[in-house]
Amino acid sequence: MKILHTTGRYVLLMRRVFARPQKMKIFSSQVFTEFESIGLDSIGIVAFISVFMGAVVAIQTAYNISSPLIPMSMVGFTTRQSMILEFCPTVISLILAGKVGSRIASEIGTMRVTEQIDALEIMGVNSANFLILPKLTAAVLINPVLITLSMWMSILGGWGAMVLSNLVTTPEFITGLRVDFQIFSVFYALIKTFFFAFIIASVSGFFGYETQGGALQVGQASTKAVVFSSILIIVFNLILTKLLLT
Amino acid sequence: MIEAKHIDKLFGEKQVLKDVSFQFQKGKTNLIIGQSGSGKTVLMKCLVGLHEVDKGEILYDGRDFCKMNFQQRREIRKEIGMLFQMGALYDMMNVEENIMFPLNMFTNKSLEEKKERVNFVLKRVNLVNANKLMTSELSGGMIKRVAIARAISMNPEYLFCDEPNSGLDPQTAGVIDHLIKEITEEYQITTIMNTHDMNSVLSIGDNVAFIYKGELWWRGDKDTILHTENKELNEFVFGTELTSRLKK
Repeated sequence: MKILHTTGRYVLLMRRVFARPQKMKIFSSQVFTEFESIGLDSIGIVAFISVFMGAVVAIQTAYNISSPLIPMSMVGFTTRQSMILEFCPTVISLILAGKVGSRIASEIGTMRVTEQIDALEIMGVNSANFLILPKLTAAVLINPVLITLSMWMSILGGWGAMVLSNLVTTPEFITGLRVDFQIFSVFYALIKTFFFAFIIASVSGFFGYETQGGALQVGQASTKAVVFSSILIIVFNLILTKLLLT
Repeated sequence: MIEAKHIDKLFGEKQVLKDVSFQFQKGKTNLIIGQSGSGKTVLMKCLVGLHEVDKGEILYDGRDFCKMNFQQRREIRKEIGMLFQMGALYDMMNVEENIMFPLNMFTNKSLEEKKERVNFVLKRVNLVNANKLMTSELSGGMIKRVAIARAISMNPEYLFCDEPNSGLDPQTAGVIDHLIKEITEEYQITTIMNTHDMNSVLSIGDNVAFIYKGELWWRGDKDTILHTENKELNEFVFGTELTSRLKK
């Protein structure tokens, strides 16, 4: 019953979120601010994790190819497929759920417990729309950019690891990268990213907005935001994979 | 003028307000007083629509707030300024941006006009040259003054103040009280203030409602409150060491 109640409240909040912003000029400036805090501030961590993920996947693949019948170019192929199809959209989205989701929930939650949201409501501002829609818009626009960057960085990481460890040569790795490449793989990853970004921003916004109490409850809201966003990302990953790849 | 008529408010089974009726007069500081937990904050939140009443009417100069839809309430809310207990200033904005916020949202004034208005209200609350300070750089008294400046930036018809001098030293609290009183009289605003501070009551209480266990127990003003025979009110008024000594 509780989960139905929570889902109902989430849907009602989203109805308030998806209204026309009161001032488009203010809304667009908020979206650009969020681009910075959601997107630009995440570039470092996304690039760092992607490079290392790509490197690890490439090394593991290279060490597991023991048959002389399998060409070493398969390392490039496997790295590309693993990174683009699964690691970049899903794992990086989970990382962003932790970084961005907790920030959104704690920011909005703190505004709730310090009556800043009440102050918006008293002024006649649709606070749900004013606070959550810019974050949601920025997340669904900037996260695909971050994931595209992650794809490049992870492949770069894989290539770097192979060259440095002399396991696979550069021509072999590039040959592998080109084998049976389908652009749909990238679209598939970006479609998933779009949904994951929506989940991160809306679920975190919901838990922040619903916060009641004080500092302890803000912390709890932040934790709930990360946990529920992560669970939903995992569940929707399965659903979207089933829908898009079959 | 704001009229509350036969207001009932329940949270689950618990009745927090019972048949409260009161007239909050224009150009006067109307005080809602009572012990912590008596229901005065709930009454104020009902008046501004942050809580929905279960029964009764709230009339803003004859306009029934309870029967209004979201859009109609939004129009009324443009006439409301509110000073929250902790100020409720937006952390990510500086003083100027905080005060300019309602002007940005609801007016089409030019930047120059808005800055002029910001400087005017800052001067009115004796905070000149504080425009670029962040909220984290402000003292408790300054936060309250900026919050007052933001509340009056749109020339409100109605000003709500939720315990405006809580957490302040008596001297600063007195300054805030007199500022609210001056603004109320100067702009002929209907001001409603929640407090349990007897200094405020005795200095600016033009029209006082005493709430006891969710009911309107007594009404009067700063001159009559010290001479009442009401037992519960006397316990509240003379509850501190200072006031009980003064009474003796």
